[in-house]
Amino acid sequence: MPKRKDIHKIMVFGSGPIIIGQAAEFDYSGTQACLALKEEGYETVLVNSNPATIMTDNEIADHVYIEPLTVESVSRIIRQEYPDAILPTLGGQIGLNLAVALAKTGLLDELGIQLLGTKLDSIDQAEDRERFKELMQQLHEPVPASQTVSTVDEALAFAHKIGYPVIVRPAFTMGGTGGGMCHDDDEMKIIAANGLDLSPVTQCLIEKSIAGYKEIEFEVMRDAKDDAMVVCCMENFDPVGIHTGDSIVFAPNQTLSDREYQMLRDCALKLIRALKIEGGCNVQLALDPNSYHYDVIEVNPRVSRSSALASKATGYPIAKMAAKIAVGLTLDEIINPVTGTTYAEFEPALDYVVCKIPRWPFDKFTRADRTLGSQMKATGEVMAIGRNAEEAFQKAVRSLEIDTKDFFLPAAHQATDVELEDKLVHAQDDRLFYIAEAYRRGYSIEDIHELTKINDYFLDIVQHLVELETTIESQPHDLGVLKQAKQYGFSDETIAHLWKTTVDVVRQLRLTNGIVPVYKMVDTCAAEFASATPYFYSTYDHENESHRSTKPAILVIGSGPIRIGQGVEFDYATVHCVKAIQRHGYEAIVMNSNPETVSTDFSISDKLYFEPLTLEDVLNVCDLEQPAGVIVQFGGQTAINLAAGLDQHGIKILGTSVQDLDAAEDRRIFDQVIKDLQLKQPVGLTATTHEGVIAAATKIGYPVLVRPSYVLGGKAMEIVYNETELEQYLQDNANVAADHPILIDAYLEGRECEVDAICDGTDVLLPGIMEHIERAGVHSGDSMAVYPPQSFDQDIKQQIVDATKKLCLALKCIGIMNIQFIIHNHEAYVLEVNPRASRTVPFLSKITGIEMAQVATRVILGESLRAQGYQDGLYREPQMVHVKAPVFSFNKLDDVDAFLGPEMKSTGEVMGSDETFEKALYKAFVGAKMKLPENGNVLLTIEDHDKQAILPIAQRFAKIGYRLLATSGTADFLQKNGLHVEVVDKLHEAGQHNILDAIRDQVDIVINTMGHDYQKTSDGFIIRQTAIEHNVPLLTALDTVDALLRALENRSFATQAL
Amino acid sequence: MKRYLVLEDGSVFAGEGFGATVSTIGEVVFNTGMTGYQESITDQSYANQILVFTNPLIGNYGVNLDDLESLEPQIKGVICRQLARRPSSWRMQDTLPHFLKQNNIPGLQGIDTRELVRQLREHGTLRGTIVDSVEQVDEVIAHLKQVQPTKGIIQKVSTKSAYPNPGTKRNIVVVDFGIKHSILRELAKRDCNVIVVPCSTTAQQIMNLNPDGVLLSNGPGDPEEMTAAVKMVAEIEQHFPLFGICMGHQIFALANGAKTYKMKFGHRGFNHPVRDIATGKIAFTSQNHGYAVDAKSVDKDQLLITHEEVNDGTVEGLRHKHYPAFSVQFHPDAAPGPHDADALFDDFINMVDQQKEER
Repeated sequence: MPKRKDIHKIMVFGSGPIIIGQAAEFDYSGTQACLALKEEGYETVLVNSNPATIMTDNEIADHVYIEPLTVESVSRIIRQEYPDAILPTLGGQIGLNLAVALAKTGLLDELGIQLLGTKLDSIDQAEDRERFKELMQQLHEPVPASQTVSTVDEALAFAHKIGYPVIVRPAFTMGGTGGGMCHDDDEMKIIAANGLDLSPVTQCLIEKSIAGYKEIEFEVMRDAKDDAMVVCCMENFDPVGIHTGDSIVFAPNQTLSDREYQMLRDCALKLIRALKIEGGCNVQLALDPNSYHYDVIEVNPRVSRSSALASKATGYPIAKMAAKIAVGLTLDEIINPVTGTTYAEFEPALDYVVCKIPRWPFDKFTRADRTLGSQMKATGEVMAIGRNAEEAFQKAVRSLEIDTKDFFLPAAHQATDVELEDKLVHAQDDRLFYIAEAYRRGYSIEDIHELTKINDYFLDIVQHLVELETTIESQPHDLGVLKQAKQYGFSDETIAHLWKTTVDVVRQLRLTNGIVPVYKMVDTCAAEFASATPYFYSTYDHENESHRSTKPAILVIGSGPIRIGQGVEFDYATVHCVKAIQRHGYEAIVMNSNPETVSTDFSISDKLYFEPLTLEDVLNVCDLEQPAGVIVQFGGQTAINLAAGLDQHGIKILGTSVQDLDAAEDRRIFDQVIKDLQLKQPVGLTATTHEGVIAAATKIGYPVLVRPSYVLGGKAMEIVYNETELEQYLQDNANVAADHPILIDAYLEGRECEVDAICDGTDVLLPGIMEHIERAGVHSGDSMAVYPPQSFDQDIKQQIVDATKKLCLALKCIGIMNIQFIIHNHEAYVLEVNPRASRTVPFLSKITGIEMAQVATRVILGESLRAQGYQDGLYREPQMVHVKAPVFSFNKLDDVDAFLGPEMKSTGEVMGSDETFEKALYKAFVGAKMKLPENGNVLLTIEDHDKQAILPIAQRFAKIGYRLLATSGTADFLQKNGLHVEVVDKLHEAGQHNILDAIRDQVDIVINTMGHDYQKTSDGFIIRQTAIEHNVPLLTALDTVDALLRALENRSFATQAL
Repeated sequence: MKRYLVLEDGSVFAGEGFGATVSTIGEVVFNTGMTGYQESITDQSYANQILVFTNPLIGNYGVNLDDLESLEPQIKGVICRQLARRPSSWRMQDTLPHFLKQNNIPGLQGIDTRELVRQLREHGTLRGTIVDSVEQVDEVIAHLKQVQPTKGIIQKVSTKSAYPNPGTKRNIVVVDFGIKHSILRELAKRDCNVIVVPCSTTAQQIMNLNPDGVLLSNGPGDPEEMTAAVKMVAEIEQHFPLFGICMGHQIFALANGAKTYKMKFGHRGFNHPVRDIATGKIAFTSQNHGYAVDAKSVDKDQLLITHEEVNDGTVEGLRHKHYPAFSVQFHPDAAPGPHDADALFDDFINMVDQQKEER
């Protein structure tokens, strides 16, 4: 069927801010969809509240709105744009829910707007547990015994009927939010109550547990003609019981015979046809490892994280094809963009093995509950490709950028047998390393299977690697062994460690003996057809398929997995860098390990190497490609950290030189630069010993800010107010403290701000100053920020511009640099300099219209700012006000303190723009899901020293019609000041009005500044945790509260007695 | 043990031997399926061929009696990137290397199979041999150029005498050109009383059995060698409902005046999309053929082209315009591969039942 001619203008929804369970994969799918629609000649309108995305670039859609993804805001846009149709299935669950809500308002019918892709009824049928179960019964497809309940009692009754363990799945929540496995009544009471609370329809599905089954996922496509096909079948390393987003996954399936595979394929196709899905969908199945019995777990009637993974794993661009199907094209008329000669109606054949490992945030949230279950906890993931499972597995492990680069984890090595077995039974993020450790201790595959229920085939991969460790160790410098080790994915670093030599010795031995990787193409068809996809992976095999082009090339290092502190913003910058390189006449080569991103879409660059971002892997690509240079400024700390090693191996780093990068990051050199420039900075000292740190703090005077050197996102950074707290800090961070010097800085109170400056060696362009709304103490990534600054006068701005210019020139910045300032007593102090693109680049680029990553790249390639039409200094400020608000994923993680401090905790961000600061603030809050009623209840739980500060805040809340709730102390204080306050009981008080009940049943917003209550048993922690659990907005900084009030006050009418 | 695959174009691939240690010669072909190595290895259409698996891993779920497609596989070698170290499946009864050894089939792992496949894709199917040494490689190559591995192969793999596969309903004669058990399974599922007859069976012999329908099976080699069978089909199609699969399809085409040709590297795998021209519907099909029917040679007065491969337009199905007879180039019986087209067996059964009623 040809594409539809009756529609011309199509609206596409993004997925909003990055949260756990909904990450960069939707930027990838949304971007692909918009481009596909454009390619077919449609006019596109894109709405997304997340500015840190490629899809919100003007080049991607014809009309881009960075506005909240709410019914009200999107309705306004619809009435302005009058689209003929909406494509809602590419913006994750957010996009889908928004479409459902819009349809319910009647607006779509009123304006005659059609929904493209899967019909709403089908979506409902796939997502409503009861309707889905009915459908499965009609189709004679097995599902685990289950029942939908709306009370805890019903949940208990059903569990008693089918027996524990059971799984609780809240209806209509994303990433399985709030669900979990229950083994007894006590667990059920807690988890079911929480799940019911989180479900927008107060429903949970209670389901018989099939833990231990093989978990198999199918990515399926269907068109309106009812042709359907499988793009990819993936098999989880971890059996059913762990959320697929938290599972290690292999593709293609590794343990299924054809009979089993075809049985499950039939089921997946039957489901997509029954649901009449037009586009892509994901089918999750569980297969009994000892029979043909299987169960259908669930169907996601849209593109998903798994479809992004499947697209990268096979080369088949699912989202692009889904968008084309949505406008009426059929699979057999769309050309397969990979081969260019065959059609999209083609089930990809892989001739390699793909391994995906989730990236968890537990390096940041060290106190979080790391147990894996039905609630997804990972923020991102890595993918690796090899010619055997071992190779793919090892490459994936070293792509994670965690403390270990192989299967050896010191903590696992130190664990007792009891601890080890516990780790094997109760899966956590690091179980893999404990499995390897178990083999080293002589556990058999059967023992480990008994404890983990993981399939023997998968367990054997790990065993094989452990055996190879021994082989390698026992035969140092043996070439045969070296070759074998490389074929199974061992890194030079691991081999060097086992041989007790240096990495360079191993590398040299390899190079001398021609043991180098070849690069093979990902072509969807296992080489059956000639393809021209510039998409490669390394392997130690025979024939190399990647050849150096005659055109000079530049290598861009991506930013690896999405994690806290290094999010999708860096992928945005990477993609823009690529565009600038291409426009400059070079070939752009990208290296990255993250399957969720736009940068790993092979159509973005001239060549994509899907590889771990380690020195060895980058050097190998350099050996082959001989690039004119490497750009490291846009791939976050991942790329910057590679610069020195590359430089030492004679690779040219473009832009700011390695020596100058060091000057910005090395405290001692940097301090000297500041001194020479006569700039101000908070007093700071460095210490390497326990005593040294204490002495330094005493010398500077409390409060001080402590952190290890060389960190991103404020990892292990804290403000401490006295020596006791400092002792505690050193104890908590003993392992970090051992490797890195500790930095101790005076903690200055004041407004923070940051600039991203582009410097060509002569001129320095400041696209804008971003003022932080929270004062120093809250990590810049967690602060709200506004542009243009609202409280800086011309003098302060000038100080900032001058300091920036001096620093850029002194640090010989060529390219881009981020500088953070604090304004203390009307003077600008330099806090830190990052010699690379920061997370504010996309935000400022969108607002100012300066494509900062592109301008910086052109500078790096030798084109001056003036030649590009820019001038020295601060760029002109716009009429509109733009506010950035952070978004958190606390409700996905147990035991993470929601109190904001110097350590970054947010996973994403939204932008609100309007004509006034207040309106922009309001939009930002709404975008961040902080939507408050006209009249509500606010609970004030505050630290003693905030009592004075809370009074005006309480008065303002009262004035806009909010009812105040507080515990006795605060309540007394406020009542004395003439406010009406409802008293709630403190945690340990056994009164009638329990504070936690109030949070759950009554309160619309919780204000909690009890930052020193970070113990899990403390009142402050419990209050925060309760607010998070019940999705009650929580603010922990009074500056944020002030901003919120400004937004709310602006919305309400003044009411005053005469 | 280090062993070698030598191709007629002079290229040599070194690998590690497994399975039988014999030296063999065959036509080197590749299969892109990601599962189903056992079914492929035991598929008689691969007789006297050396099969390269593009999936980098085989042997991972072992071998079992249920998934055999023939009892005495005639494949001449198995080439793969890697053989699984530890097969794992509740259905496993044997390991792949042991099974191959028992059946006197050599295997070779550690080969850059992707390189080999790219070569086969460029040059077309090549003759090859698995040997222990490459010291006298020139002689080996000279010899390779002399042999015709698949000449007369159907006579070798076809049953020597007729045998029954009893059922209670329709009487179906299946002509064995190298039949896969999956065809018999599909017929058994539909309660057919089957008699499998040798490929040399004459039209008269079949008429003597008075079947309700005739099925022409798959098989290896060049269909144009099968002149007697072509004659038989030309006669039989006038009397009984007929269904041809793979080799059976090609023989049916030849019997009605069409020509066949040798493809460059054939279709082997099960992700080949095939369009049913009448409905436009697409099925993913299991395929294993090195020859195809020449579309230009099809006599439009006799035959209708019913199916085509989506990507290269190969003739995938034919229907007779005057007789109840049709054929497909692919395997609706799957094994290995998708079940998308298994309704063709129902079509055949319906045709048989309808004819039976009319008679």
